[in-house]
Amino acid sequence: MSVERAAEGAVARFLKRAFVRLGILPFLLLAALVIFSLMSENFLTSRNLTNVLRQSVYLTIVSIGQMLALLTGGFDLSVGTILALASVAGAMAMAAIYAAMPEAVWLSIAFGCLAGIAAGTMIGVVNGVGVAFFNVSPFMMSLGMASVGFGIALYLTGGVPVYGMPIQFGDTFGFGNLIGIPTPVLVAACLVLALYAFLYRTPYGRHFYAVGGNRKAASLSGINTRGTLFLTYVLCAFFAAVAGILLTARLDTGEANIGASMPLESIAACVIAGVSLRGGVGRLENVVLGALFIGLVQNGMNLARIESYLQMVVLGALLILAVIADQIRLKYLATLKD
Amino acid sequence: MASDRTSSVAGEVLLATRSITKDYPGVRALDSVDFDLRAGEVHVLFGENGAGKSTLISILAGAVQPTSGKLHFRGRQVSLHSVHDARELGISAVFQDLSLIPQMTVEENLFLGAEPRSGAFLDRLRCRERARAILDELEFRIDPAARVGHLTRAEQQMVEIAKAFRSDLSVLILDEPTASLTSLETDQLFNLVGELTARGIGIVYITHRMAEIRQIGSRITVLRDGRRVDTLNAQDVSEEDLVQLMTGREVGKIFPERITQTAGDTVLRIKELTTRDGTVESASLEVREGEIVGLAGLVGSGKSELLQAAFGSRSIAAGRVHYLGRETTGHGPKRNIRDGFLYLPPDRRSEGLMMMRPARENVALAALDIRPFSSGPVLTPRGERRAVSGMADLVNLQPRQIERTVDQFSGGNQQKVMLARSLTREFRLIAFDEPTVGVDVGTRAAIYEFIVGLARKRVAIVLVSSDLPEILHLSNRAYVFYRGHVQAELHGAGLTEQAVLANFFGRDAV
Repeated sequence: MSVERAAEGAVARFLKRAFVRLGILPFLLLAALVIFSLMSENFLTSRNLTNVLRQSVYLTIVSIGQMLALLTGGFDLSVGTILALASVAGAMAMAAIYAAMPEAVWLSIAFGCLAGIAAGTMIGVVNGVGVAFFNVSPFMMSLGMASVGFGIALYLTGGVPVYGMPIQFGDTFGFGNLIGIPTPVLVAACLVLALYAFLYRTPYGRHFYAVGGNRKAASLSGINTRGTLFLTYVLCAFFAAVAGILLTARLDTGEANIGASMPLESIAACVIAGVSLRGGVGRLENVVLGALFIGLVQNGMNLARIESYLQMVVLGALLILAVIADQIRLKYLATLKD
Repeated sequence: MASDRTSSVAGEVLLATRSITKDYPGVRALDSVDFDLRAGEVHVLFGENGAGKSTLISILAGAVQPTSGKLHFRGRQVSLHSVHDARELGISAVFQDLSLIPQMTVEENLFLGAEPRSGAFLDRLRCRERARAILDELEFRIDPAARVGHLTRAEQQMVEIAKAFRSDLSVLILDEPTASLTSLETDQLFNLVGELTARGIGIVYITHRMAEIRQIGSRITVLRDGRRVDTLNAQDVSEEDLVQLMTGREVGKIFPERITQTAGDTVLRIKELTTRDGTVESASLEVREGEIVGLAGLVGSGKSELLQAAFGSRSIAAGRVHYLGRETTGHGPKRNIRDGFLYLPPDRRSEGLMMMRPARENVALAALDIRPFSSGPVLTPRGERRAVSGMADLVNLQPRQIERTVDQFSGGNQQKVMLARSLTREFRLIAFDEPTVGVDVGTRAAIYEFIVGLARKRVAIVLVSSDLPEILHLSNRAYVFYRGHVQAELHGAGLTEQAVLANFFGRDAV
């Protein structure tokens, strides 16, 4: 009896330590896996899990950009409209070039992608200028730009989806495989690896953590804090724009109405992954897991035939749960260190 | 003042703890501590960082509950479950982190949580009257309608003290109240302390400064490793005794031997510099290789600001800065650091360290662009770890865990993390701004040793400090600042306490 109790105590201590060390994400992942495999037998199949991976690509790419903004102590609420603007501008440019030169398929695709990414990144440039050089709070800046970007996307299209892109675009970047891997997944993997190298293998990556950790200390240590903040929002927008182009390929249309849920979902992915809202703390690999987790939950709820409106309820609740868990973790951390 | 104090030492016991123990997971912060406070005395708590002072006052103030032991108030056993409980009994604490809301006015802060009301509505008139009554009684000249954020640090502290007078006060706990006060403001505070003790209020006082113990203390309780070492009369104890009691070892001298080497070439020359915000006006100074130059003066006298301007973190309106023979006026921190000039700020929490990041990253922060921290555009983690480990050894970081986040170190060790930054490059000039604020005596001696060691290696040192003994014992030369001007330059035999103090308050005071 007492042996059992001692064992229970040891398990509880182990769980508490694991929670403090790893955060809430491993527990949530485990819970999601168990619950959804019980609810649907199709959930834990390799085909479905590949599906989850394919569907989570867009959120993953946006989330790693969002993480940069959170690391520096801000956030970017305009990622959704960056996605939409990139989609619309990219699709319009591609369709126009393709219509003018029907034989130059790959040229039109290349220029279309570039145009879309450039248009989306411009929103980030404006965000960066406002936050870094005019000291506008990231909240107001990105909220304002969210409206500006959405307005431009709607104005450009008149609210109508953009068609007329070459079929090869969707075939390659939406549904295609490259060296046996779905192209969007491959693109996301490359971006994640590149950002990983940048964040953890160059001094510039350290600068993001320093600016979020203590801006004044960073500045006194010779770090260009304005430049770092500017780069944060440009990179964040770049990632969102790439996600926008990939999503356009998947949908085969340029749309102004995509990405509305991205700000919430990307911040949720980061926070669940342990990125601090106060800045300076968070790991890229965890954010990727966080985004995959949200994809997993959405997929699981779809399989379990949970209505999409109710899914929104679940997602919001998860976000709040993650923040509360983070607070509890900090409290445990304080007691463990004393 | 001294005579008032000795006469009231025999007052009744207001507050007493009996074998108070406080356990935190894995550590015993207080171990069976007996402590008593009498009416009308200033009872100083003395000890190194982490000795248990803060835990003890938190228990007295009701903010923390003891694991075991009893608490007596005026002979009656009490248990304090919250700060509110303690307030009801007339026990109030003024902690280092003030609990004021800067956006609110003085009167709103004074009555926060206990607002005078008529029916369901705030009674603004009565609020103003009572605030004025309290402030007048304490002879604080503060406008009750002023916004707290606009007040000086000393005035904010006065408001915090005034808050304690909302109800009948019998015990006042002050946690390093002078840490951020100028000496004028400190005198003001001491006058107030004298008045309060004369009224029979007991004061628990935490300080690291020896001079203050002599000035206002009645009795001293020394804590070490959570245990009470001894309680002594402030009058019959020497500084050496106190240090020995506190550290448990003989610390011959806090200050290392003064460097006597001859100074070399001029490293920094500032000529008639005026800052854009007017904190410094037409100040000039010179620092040479291998010497320690002290900058003394009150807080806000421009001593820190001048160095910040030279370093490039404060805008210059006029004047010139020459570093290593070249003009560097207007160069930013980045360029100055690359050229070998480092400024370490006084407030490690708000300006010096990334509290949530590991010690390793904090040490390496100013040298990420050079070997062994990186090679070309790529970080070299192994080189970084090895280099930072070596530096942690040099500054004797405790515990020697460079992957720990900085907020998990004690104050003294946080300071060491920041100081270690000065080892990451070959700096030719280092400005230490208040390097020993809030640091215990043991660590302080280590920091002095560290600074003198750098000077011996021919680094030019600027020591900005409000702590006079620091300036007198360490520097070869000193400049005294007053209201943004350099008031005097003292060296050799002329560098005495009298000479510095005489210039603290401008020429009129001489």
